[in-house]
Amino acid sequence: MEEVFQDIIIKHSDDYIINMGPQHPSTHGVLRFELCLLGETVKYIIPHCGYIHRGIEKMCEKNTYQQIIHLTDRFDYLSAHMNNEAVCLAVENALEVEVPERVKYIRTILAELNRIASHQLWWCAFGMDLGALTTFFYGLRDREYILDIFEESFGSRLLHSFNYPGGLMHDLHPNFQQKVKDFIKYFRKKLPEYDQLLTGNIIFQQRSIGMGYMSKEDAISYGVTGPSGRGSGFKCDVRKHHPYSAYSKVDFKEILYTEGDTFARYKARIDEMWESMNIIEQLIDNIPAGDYTAKMKPIIKLPVGDYFQRVETARGELGCYIVSDGNKNPLRVKFRTPNFSNLFIINKIASGNKIADLVAISGSLDLVIPDIDR
Amino acid sequence: MDLNIYDFTSFTKWVDTALNSVMSPGWTMLVELVIVGIVFIAAYAVIGLYLVLAERKVCAIIQNRQGPNRVGPFGLFQTIADLFKLLGKELISIKNADQFLFNLAPFILIIASFMAIAALPFAKGLHAIDLNIGIFYMFAVSSLGVIGILLAGWSSNSKYSLIGAIRSGAQVVSYELSVGLALLSVVIFSGSMQLSTIVESQANGWWIIKGHIPALIAFIIFLIAGTAETNRGPFDLAEAESELTAGFHTEYSGIKFAFFFLAEYMNMFIVAAIASTVFLGGWMPFHLGGFESLNHVMDFIPPVIWFFGKTAFVIFIMMWIKWTFPRLRIDQLLKLEWKYLLPLNLMNIVLIAFIVLMGWYIK
Amino acid sequence: MTNDQLKEKINGWISGLEFPENKQYLEIVVPAESLLKLSRLLRETPETLFDYLFCLSGVDYGKQLGVVYHLESTTHNHALVLKVKTDDRVNPNFDTVCGLWRTAEWHEREVFDLLGIKFNNHPDMRRLFLDDEWVGYPLRKDYKDDINIIER
Repeated sequence: MEEVFQDIIIKHSDDYIINMGPQHPSTHGVLRFELCLLGETVKYIIPHCGYIHRGIEKMCEKNTYQQIIHLTDRFDYLSAHMNNEAVCLAVENALEVEVPERVKYIRTILAELNRIASHQLWWCAFGMDLGALTTFFYGLRDREYILDIFEESFGSRLLHSFNYPGGLMHDLHPNFQQKVKDFIKYFRKKLPEYDQLLTGNIIFQQRSIGMGYMSKEDAISYGVTGPSGRGSGFKCDVRKHHPYSAYSKVDFKEILYTEGDTFARYKARIDEMWESMNIIEQLIDNIPAGDYTAKMKPIIKLPVGDYFQRVETARGELGCYIVSDGNKNPLRVKFRTPNFSNLFIINKIASGNKIADLVAISGSLDLVIPDIDR
Repeated sequence: MDLNIYDFTSFTKWVDTALNSVMSPGWTMLVELVIVGIVFIAAYAVIGLYLVLAERKVCAIIQNRQGPNRVGPFGLFQTIADLFKLLGKELISIKNADQFLFNLAPFILIIASFMAIAALPFAKGLHAIDLNIGIFYMFAVSSLGVIGILLAGWSSNSKYSLIGAIRSGAQVVSYELSVGLALLSVVIFSGSMQLSTIVESQANGWWIIKGHIPALIAFIIFLIAGTAETNRGPFDLAEAESELTAGFHTEYSGIKFAFFFLAEYMNMFIVAAIASTVFLGGWMPFHLGGFESLNHVMDFIPPVIWFFGKTAFVIFIMMWIKWTFPRLRIDQLLKLEWKYLLPLNLMNIVLIAFIVLMGWYIK
Repeated sequence: MTNDQLKEKINGWISGLEFPENKQYLEIVVPAESLLKLSRLLRETPETLFDYLFCLSGVDYGKQLGVVYHLESTTHNHALVLKVKTDDRVNPNFDTVCGLWRTAEWHEREVFDLLGIKFNNHPDMRRLFLDDEWVGYPLRKDYKDDINIIER
């Protein structure tokens, strides 16, 4: 078994250690990297997490299934909708409730809008990590459009809690369809600007091509999912391989790159934005009429057993594992959050590079810290 | 020059004789020094503050924003308000820092940039000192600033500061070569190191036009190397905020931080001013040999406006570059200098020497 | 492979396996002492090749403590659930599987942190989220915290 532990860190007493975080502009939150430096080169990276551990899983054990929805917003706050959806789908599957088609369509559209918004923010922040400060404002300008749609429909911009076991909290705003169509039309024009500003830049390409190589085997073994994993050729798109909601009804590509470097992960996300727009366009005109929720009992009790639901968030695969003992509270809820697995490959792919590359590589993994700590 | 209404030589002569008539030559010298000092300090502060504002406005335009617009009309007093804020802030002293060097560092940086602007010719007859080795002096003095940066990084006793300072040291020392060699190309053209002579030599056309391709290459190299020497983006590795939080001035606060800030912008001004003096004719209006009527019309625009206009143009290019490019990595930065800019520069100088020898430039 | 084929295949490898009813995945309850052996076989046998551990959760069932492994094969696209349980609440320990799936290293640290289950041969068995001085294991059902947890 020795050979698999070759990336285990060995500390020496004369290592030059610096702390990156918990307050550092490019760790995107309260994450701390313990770096050992050799000049500019990073020898090893030890991530320390837990600065924003709120015990959501413990809280879930004391709450009903309807209440859990609102806690799930709070881990990956940039893909709040998909987090809600995971719990809802798990509960619905456990109770074998058939939700109306309308709900499935709406959930899919919202998930994709949420994915675009999340990737836009990632793009902003990634540019910032590399020192291109202008990207931040380009990305936020377009993200505002989506957040306004969300605000009009659910009354909140970031933490929606719009899903509910069995359906949605309420019906859509009448303007929703038109606004989403306007947005797609607008964003199809604006997305090429992103390429002009950053993708084609020679400095950017030199900073990202060939940096932070992650092999497909590593991606699978470390459980790196989402665009980060797909940048290494790991076919891990839950939407494609285990379709839920309306994903089986739409035609879309799974974005795959095999280079496994920072640039591949970057391209995977940019292409995903295009693909998300395709999905929305296929669905937005065909939302079936009907109820926005299935008939549910006011108190939900799951049958004894354990249930697992996989959902593709903007960052990768989210697993919601519920163990029920038949009460109105779950016995145990475990969230397999994408960033938790994505983070820990950082030592493997970034050690041996420069500090500046570490920032670029950790940016390309698209870390959201509350998602790691829960 | 036909027009002498904008010649400051007569004005300075008049001040000199007026002072001499009321006091002894020694006192005159002292009073003149004080006057020049006060004028330069005032100009330094005003230019520095408004460069900060200009940068914020330019980056706002590039980023689809408004920029500062609350304090005064179009936010004109924003940086002055910022200055008062910084003056009112607490000067945090670090327990384990080397206090003497820690406090000294910002002054070294300020003094280095202050010494450099002394030799700049703002208009005909309007410079503090016209050294016969003007270019050499500017080049030597403006690179003193790196001592301040190294001291700041080392004396802060902070690991991030130290990394930033060492990065800056490696960067400035390397890029000085390119700055010097790029300036040397114009020295070869004009045959003088004195700034006033270089400006006068452009009376029938700026060197960037007269020297055609090699002068253009030298100008571009000077812009790149000058941007790098002043630690500005995309070469702002010394303070790379996403990597080192703030680099060498992480531990500074209040007015000491403001000194670093001001010195950075003044260095940018100095680089732009040298570029405009050496390549774009300085205060010399846009002249073309043979077009007398055009030259005459251009003479009506005051030289000070020509000088600051050209400098502002170069500064705008530098800001434009900063706000659209990502940052380089340290090894790429050094590779760019040693593998591309330096050999290109040396070849360019040989080319220029050959051109001057054969007289293939526009006379 | 379908779940039935998998069940047939795996049943022959090790004695003492249980296959409880599970609607979603094939479920296997494995005795603690043969966990590592079974995992290795699942990971390395070409017909099963479970190379992707997509979830590892520790569960406090009240009396028992257990760890649940969700495995998937990226080549054969089949999945299963592996469960291991122990009655020992004072010093529960299992073998680590982080040599087979690297992601298990941090998932196991999390389980140790929150449920106090130790993993033998783990390279870095420290708490992950909480302080090293923290007393008790918060996700256990008998965990008491008078300040932070309000009993209803």
